[in-house]
Amino acid sequence: MQNSDILTLNNQSLPPDLGLPPAEDIDAELLDNETMWDRIKIMLRKNKLAAASFVVIVLMCLAAAFAPFLTPYEPNKTSLKDRLAPPSREHILGCDELGRDHFTRMLYGTRVSVMIGLLPTSVAMIIGTVLGLMAGFYGGKIDFVIMRLADVVLAFPSLLLAMVVSYTLKGGIISIFLALAAVKWARTARVIRAQTLSMKEKEFVEAARSLGVKKSTIMFRHILPNCLPNLIVLLTLNIPESILDEASLSFLGIGAQPPSTSWGLMVFRCKPFLFEYPWLAIAPGVAILIFVLAFNFLGDGVRDALDPYLKD
Amino acid sequence: MMTNLAANRAADRITDIESGIQGAAAQEMLVIKDLKTHFFTQKGVVPAVDGVSIRIPEKQVMGIVGESGCGKSVTAMSILQLISRPGRIVGGSIMLDGEELVGKSVRAMRDIRGDKVSVIFQEPMTSLNPVYTVGRQVSEAITVHRHVGKQEARQQVIEMFKAVGIPEAERRFSSFPHQLSGGLRQRVMIAMAMVCQPKLMIADEPTTALDVTIEAQILHLMRRLEEKSNTSIMLITHNMGVVAEICDFVYVMYAGKVMEQAPVFELFDHTKHPYTKGLLNSIPKPTEEKQRLYNIKGMVPNLLRLPKGCRFSPRCEYAMPECRESEPELYDCGKNHKVRCFLYQKGQGGGADE
Amino acid sequence: MNNPINHVNHEGRKVLAAAENVVKEFKLSGNIRRGDLVVHAITDVSLNIYEGETLAMVGESGCGKSTMGRLFLRLLEPTAGTVRFEGRNLADLGEEELRHLRKQMQIIFQDPYASLNPRMTVAQIIAEPLNTHQVYGSHKETEARVKELMKKVGIRPEFTNRYPHQFSGGQRQRIGIARALALNPKLIVCDEPVSALDVSIQAQILNLLHDLQKEMGLTYLFISHDLSVVRYISDRICVMFLGKLCEVGPTEEIFREPKHPYTRFLLEAVPKPNPHLRKEQKAFLTGEMPSPVKPPSGCRFHTRCPLATERCSQEVPVLRTMAERQVACHMVNP
Repeated sequence: MQNSDILTLNNQSLPPDLGLPPAEDIDAELLDNETMWDRIKIMLRKNKLAAASFVVIVLMCLAAAFAPFLTPYEPNKTSLKDRLAPPSREHILGCDELGRDHFTRMLYGTRVSVMIGLLPTSVAMIIGTVLGLMAGFYGGKIDFVIMRLADVVLAFPSLLLAMVVSYTLKGGIISIFLALAAVKWARTARVIRAQTLSMKEKEFVEAARSLGVKKSTIMFRHILPNCLPNLIVLLTLNIPESILDEASLSFLGIGAQPPSTSWGLMVFRCKPFLFEYPWLAIAPGVAILIFVLAFNFLGDGVRDALDPYLKD
Repeated sequence: MMTNLAANRAADRITDIESGIQGAAAQEMLVIKDLKTHFFTQKGVVPAVDGVSIRIPEKQVMGIVGESGCGKSVTAMSILQLISRPGRIVGGSIMLDGEELVGKSVRAMRDIRGDKVSVIFQEPMTSLNPVYTVGRQVSEAITVHRHVGKQEARQQVIEMFKAVGIPEAERRFSSFPHQLSGGLRQRVMIAMAMVCQPKLMIADEPTTALDVTIEAQILHLMRRLEEKSNTSIMLITHNMGVVAEICDFVYVMYAGKVMEQAPVFELFDHTKHPYTKGLLNSIPKPTEEKQRLYNIKGMVPNLLRLPKGCRFSPRCEYAMPECRESEPELYDCGKNHKVRCFLYQKGQGGGADE
Repeated sequence: MNNPINHVNHEGRKVLAAAENVVKEFKLSGNIRRGDLVVHAITDVSLNIYEGETLAMVGESGCGKSTMGRLFLRLLEPTAGTVRFEGRNLADLGEEELRHLRKQMQIIFQDPYASLNPRMTVAQIIAEPLNTHQVYGSHKETEARVKELMKKVGIRPEFTNRYPHQFSGGQRQRIGIARALALNPKLIVCDEPVSALDVSIQAQILNLLHDLQKEMGLTYLFISHDLSVVRYISDRICVMFLGKLCEVGPTEEIFREPKHPYTRFLLEAVPKPNPHLRKEQKAFLTGEMPSPVKPPSGCRFHTRCPLATERCSQEVPVLRTMAERQVACHMVNP
């Protein structure tokens, strides 16, 4: 092919290092430039339901934090003349059987519920993540022990297990806290273990091994960041679950102890008045519903936003 | 090892192809005219296929070559009307055996796909359903389009399996995809594509995932099937070796447009377009001493921001001022050879060729 | 080192890495009825890699060439046999010593999309080997070295803070090469480094690898199934079939006169970019690759070999040395 020789000859005059021409670099700017957070932001802009949920969650958290500034009443101050007062201008949601302002108590109850939603879940997820990473990465006996432990935890109805823990610890917020953490780590561990197993086979992990990178560094620098999307989705699922569990435990009388309160406990305490004074039990119930739904919608949105990212 | 006989036969083939094409206008199996398939993404319109005209005469292996992102697979998907959102065929026509496919209803297309036009993909494992036996999957291709009983379908499938060289065809009928090797799976895919005797078989990188020895078997098989049946083959590939091995006519695509089209011998002997030359020269050649390999500088442009003028001009060594201003047409160079390059504009003739 | 292949006409050359009678088996958990299955990935392979050369390892998928590359780096442990690097048995090294030795041997992967951590920036990726082995005391020096490496492989140094997904396949492969070069290694195992790239980009990367070798005196173990690429880049070739070596020898000689029947089929099968070489009657290798779980007795190629005789199915052919070449076949006479 004589015509090809011309090109070959021309080519030899190119510089030996053959740096890439600028054309290629300009193009790189056009390539997909989204991080995980960008995708979530875009999702929030497009998915109105998820955006509204996000706003609701933030507002509820703020309300819990600034409760004393939002209400003129003390949560535990009883007033017999206001006993079971219906909603009015002074008492938006009326008063409970001891004359305490119901709205004020709900605001303070938010604190317990939100805290229970966030703290034990986070602790459980940290434990679960570390155990899951170890199980997946090391395999063998470590994997076996951790996973069988997780199986045991998952085999019990979680509420029952939490009840057992709560009873042994004589109830109260701290016991709920520990009970939920003890129950919730197992699912996280399983998910993270599966993700670790697939990540471990990826070439970039093999590349790190061939560079002599330490095992712990590989685990926390290479594998963990790639589990982040899964963790975020798990978080949005676990938080509402914990709030519901706390509500159930309190409703059963082994959660928050009077005079401190939570939404679940309020539903429980107002149950006897359900027919004469329905708003007392319905208001905290609706609060739970809204909060949990908001987290679910947000979780769905986040999952949809990150799913294609996971596929890449 | 090429004997004289083989050389003569190869030479005969050239004349066959050339005369065949000139006289074949009447029996063209597929005529694509000015096809435009665009993808409407958030970031803008991606003209994946931007005015492509292709004709495939009866009983020919027609090759489409190009690098990733040149629009060759989108062209194939357009023929099958399998472009999904945000993509859409925005213009042009696709005539299969005299029948317009653009704008056909979903239902009508379903009847055509697998019957008149069929497709084989690169990865046979993902195109076969792992929970059904291969025999059942191939039979389905028949029973959907033809009114035949189960037994008869089975008989036809086994015959087809034998024709595509699957050993122990009866036993393989009840094998599951994972029990077969990659080469056998690709043979099953070909059997499935051929079993209804389609007018056109689209093969999208059919051998890319296979080993060389298996690749040679499959290419040989496709050539043989094409000679024996009335099926035309549209072969999509990035491998110039595969093109040289089995194609009769070649279209070279770049960034959504056909850059050069010619009968295979003409294309390899008198390569004209700088892009085609670049592709051919990038292949390490056995005769060469260990010198630097030729390479086309830069990379395929982002279709969202196509360069002005000729799409290849930023990477082209021969680019002239006018190349960056306006887009060349496909210029006819005789011998059925057309090139989209100003070097071959009428009156300028030769250019880089001599 | 009393391995016979150590001194095959290469007396003056230093052996950088060597495999001696290496065997690698993988256990598959089978079902209860049949018990555990064993995949015989590598069976009794002895091979030397000489300093400064490019040794290509070719063969079809499942022949064990990638496994062999990882055995040389001790990313996998051999089931039997020894792998040496500069004369030291890799199995004798403790974890710290091995970590240290890893500076000398690196790997470039096939898939430029899977081989870079999607959550690390280019700078972090290239700096990782430097930080792991604490090559430089200060952050500044590391940064300067990263930029130097990026320039060397043809990536603009301004792009340090980008993520891998912002680059094209060819550019990513360059980043992977920069990472492998960071510690000035002696041996680089290139595991199909250009198979996933477009032809024009493939040529760019091959040229880069070629230049780097000249400049830095690198030794490559180049694993590939693409014979035209192999012919361009390698000095010597070893052909593998189902976990065993068929033929070893200088590239040009093997291409000119392949001795082992499998090598011949392999060369014949490559589609040549010249329609005039089209053969109406091509010699095809018939049949399918036998399973590595139950490899054929005797010569592993005998089930597909047209020359096979009674002896081939019974007796395992040894790798015999003929001048600069080695062939494992009963039917080839010295």
